[in-house]
Amino acid sequence: MTIQILGSGCAKCNQLEKETKAAVAELGLPIAIEKITDFNRIGDMGVMVTPAIAIDNVVKFAGKVLTKDRIKQLIQEGK
Amino acid sequence: MWENAVDWLVYTAWNMPHDQLAGALNFFLYDTGKILTLLVTIVFAISLLRTFFSVATTKRIIAKLPPVVGNILAALLGIVTPFCSCSAVPLFIGFVRGGIPLGVTFSFLIASPMINEVALVLLAGLFGWKIALIYIGTGLLIAIVAGLVIGWLKLESSVEGFVFGKDAEALVEEKPTWKERFSGAWNDTTEILYKVWIYVLVAIAIGAFIHGYVPEDFFVEYLGKGQWYSVPLATLLGIPLYSNAAGIIPIISALFEKGVPLGTALAFMMAVTALSFPEFVILRRVLKLRLLVVFASVVGAGIMITGFLFNAVQL
Repeated sequence: MTIQILGSGCAKCNQLEKETKAAVAELGLPIAIEKITDFNRIGDMGVMVTPAIAIDNVVKFAGKVLTKDRIKQLIQEGK
Repeated sequence: MWENAVDWLVYTAWNMPHDQLAGALNFFLYDTGKILTLLVTIVFAISLLRTFFSVATTKRIIAKLPPVVGNILAALLGIVTPFCSCSAVPLFIGFVRGGIPLGVTFSFLIASPMINEVALVLLAGLFGWKIALIYIGTGLLIAIVAGLVIGWLKLESSVEGFVFGKDAEALVEEKPTWKERFSGAWNDTTEILYKVWIYVLVAIAIGAFIHGYVPEDFFVEYLGKGQWYSVPLATLLGIPLYSNAAGIIPIISALFEKGVPLGTALAFMMAVTALSFPEFVILRRVLKLRLLVVFASVVGAGIMITGFLFNAVQL
């Protein structure tokens, strides 16, 4: 499984990345985190508000910083 | 009522004489209480309203509309759609790929930061609802007309090539429950307050100082109606003062009280919110320099016309 964080280095994007890393660390699963900052790819994924989070290239949420617990829930749903 | 309470506190409880210091302090306490109350209530109300809108639905609505109607609706939806200018680039790409004309996209991008909830609260609280409504009305008009002008100029070739691509399906979010709407709106409100309160307090303090110590009509000579350059000067000064509508409007309101005319004050506020240097830098990723210059000039011209007009009629 790969989690994508979409956004171009805004404060909220970094916050979302941090929450995601914490969620992955707590679950202890082999999950890769990929940061997508290329606007062309962000556009290709249909994201118009950043930050956004996707699991295996499927966008789950856009425009908000999810909490660590919410991300853990997303990962478990996606397994 | 609040006014009486502050008067009582300053002049009776603290037993201060009716001098400049007491006047400034009174002004500071009165404005701070009023503005913070307004900020919490109005920002919460607008945040709640925004939970009914999303960029994806706004895109779907305006994609179907002909020009002019599209520009009008794009500007109106720019006010209520939850969107921060940090997302200007992905939004721009999404709109253009969705077939929304360039001019309509700009109407949205101009209205959205210009007519924001914090500016609205400060305008209503410090200048009154009449001037707040004038600001909204002329702001919308500038967004609509500037978008139309940019559309007529046919500047599609000045958009970076990668922007044009296949439209992607935007994520359709689940409809939130009422509980989620309220908690989301409350989170947004506290986030905004946390971000702006210090600017608001400092600006009100500076405003209070001007109120207490600067003589009446002090600015008439330099920035009054007779000085044609006051409007362009105010517009230019507004460009580097980005994102600090919160820290600027209380100061402008004190300047307004000491003789800066309404048109100049409006031009300054509009330039602060609608024209910002950091936003130009962000937008440069998708716009070639030529289009960026046209965008800034058309909006700047609109702001200056508004300024001259209101200085001429002087409400």
